[in-house]
Amino acid sequence: MTILLEDARLAPPKAERWRAAAADLFSSPVNAVVTVVVAGLIAAALWRFARWAVVDAAWSGGAETCRQRSGACWPFVASNAQLMVFGVYPQDLLWRPAVSLALMAGVIAASMIPRLWSATLALAWGLVPAAVCILLSGTFFGRPVSTNEWGGLPLTLLVWMIAFAGAFVVAIPLALARRSNMGGLRTAAIIVIELVRGVPMLVALYVSRFIVPMTAPGLEINLFVSVETALILFVASYLAEIVRAGLQALPRGQTEAANALGLGYWRTTQLILLPQALRAVIPALVNLGIGVLLSTPLVAVIGMTDFLSAVREAASHEQDWPGCYTTAYFVAGLVFFSICFIASRYSRWLERRLRAAGHG
Amino acid sequence: MADHPLSHRTETVRDARRPPRAAPAIEFAGVHKWYGAFHVLRDIRLAVHPGERVVVCGPSGSGKSTLIRCVNRLEEHQKGAIRVHGVELSASSREIDRVRREVGMVFQQFNLFPHLTVLQNCALAPVWAEGVKRREAEDRAHALLAKVKIADQAHKYPSELSGGQQQRVAIARALCMNPKIMLFDEPTSALDPEMVKEVLDTMTALASEGMTMIVVTHEMGFARRVADKVVFMDNGEVVEAGDPEEFFTAPRHERARQFLSRLLH
Repeated sequence: MTILLEDARLAPPKAERWRAAAADLFSSPVNAVVTVVVAGLIAAALWRFARWAVVDAAWSGGAETCRQRSGACWPFVASNAQLMVFGVYPQDLLWRPAVSLALMAGVIAASMIPRLWSATLALAWGLVPAAVCILLSGTFFGRPVSTNEWGGLPLTLLVWMIAFAGAFVVAIPLALARRSNMGGLRTAAIIVIELVRGVPMLVALYVSRFIVPMTAPGLEINLFVSVETALILFVASYLAEIVRAGLQALPRGQTEAANALGLGYWRTTQLILLPQALRAVIPALVNLGIGVLLSTPLVAVIGMTDFLSAVREAASHEQDWPGCYTTAYFVAGLVFFSICFIASRYSRWLERRLRAAGHG
Repeated sequence: MADHPLSHRTETVRDARRPPRAAPAIEFAGVHKWYGAFHVLRDIRLAVHPGERVVVCGPSGSGKSTLIRCVNRLEEHQKGAIRVHGVELSASSREIDRVRREVGMVFQQFNLFPHLTVLQNCALAPVWAEGVKRREAEDRAHALLAKVKIADQAHKYPSELSGGQQQRVAIARALCMNPKIMLFDEPTSALDPEMVKEVLDTMTALASEGMTMIVVTHEMGFARRVADKVVFMDNGEVVEAGDPEEFFTAPRHERARQFLSRLLH
């Protein structure tokens, strides 16, 4: 053990590691051939990409230029940025989704700083999505905009935030119920969790959009409400299991010490168990968050114009911008990738930090 | 022993000894407990009077920890009655929480709350279980931390303290609820040898103030110095209960003799 630690501390300098890696790659004739072939394939792919993105791309001009070039059509991105980001939201009211986007990005960024973790921040996760809903819909002020016209990146983020925040509210009671020693409650929690986890997200969306309204004649459910109900339940069933794992990992002595001090079940759960359990599962929470964000484009199948649909919508004006799908999807992919890449790097940093702090 | 720093304190402890009173602080009346088919407590009859210091000893697995964990109902007994200040322990959670507020407990593994500072560990229960104002609870915590001689560590986290310091925080945390009875469940067993003394000193000081205490421990020196009564348990039974001098010099039962000789070797 000590020897291993010493080794890690005395890691060789970069140049040496390169040399060692190179030696490994050409350690035998077969390895050398494989290395050369793979390197060739990578180089070919990079070259093709570079030709598409740079050499053959249209950098200025309009649709006409794009038609003549075989590569990416960057002017398309420039002139459709607004549609791609904000979807079909009324043109003259774009400040609303813009402010919404800033608000949500602000809360998410603040949530990434451990020093700011507090009850206030948790409250912000409830209040900001509510504020964004009011802002986008124009309730209480200005012109109302129906949820059908919401779209783009603000919608994707909003759907994600509400799904995640709402899932917490559902998942914690579910996790507690599943650990309860009241048999009926436990069974009910297990049924809910396993039932919802047992279906694909797409099915959950369909059920919420098409099956639930059929249960009561004349029942009209807003599309946005349908989507969020399905997502909250879906995410909550996974979240409940993560929270349960966190609670399970706590030593029994914590509960006993709290009980011995006269703290009842609820106070013990609130003050002693949940704060420790949630801290321990933060990396899993970040992973779940990434997974949910990457699944949000599925809401398009029941008619919501999320970011990806907005991008597709922008590219679909064939007569104006022919053949710009590749460019459009490339940009959408880049946005999703950037968000998730940052999130996953952040998760790794956080994990290290929590471990170093000694209470992770 | 004469030049031992504790020797003068030992005298005070003896002086503070009070005659048994009519109403016991804790009373076990024919208590039985089973873990499944395993009979862990057999017909326990025991009274602990206010101000009395009882040391419970015995081989591991003899049921001594289970015995004191029944007093604040971390374990349930199945037969017989346990009365704390005359109140019989039942399933009523309100009664249990009341008893728990009056009975402090110190654990082998300290069980401090790692996500809270030392001060927060101490002030938590007064605020949330007793309804004391935060300022008042923190004043109380500061005073008790000073008493266990770690006033300067108040804003550290438990993981930053040594084992001995953590256990003293655990004692202060329990004292913050102003308990009338203190239970100690092998408080020094998880400590490095050089830290045992600081914890025993703290407990001795507490004993000299007349706190009612039940201590499960293997520290026979402590038992001899501080206890009013030694209870020897084996196989779920109280084999012998009585005066410490008598127990250590002339144990009546063979099992107690065997236990003591094994401890000395």
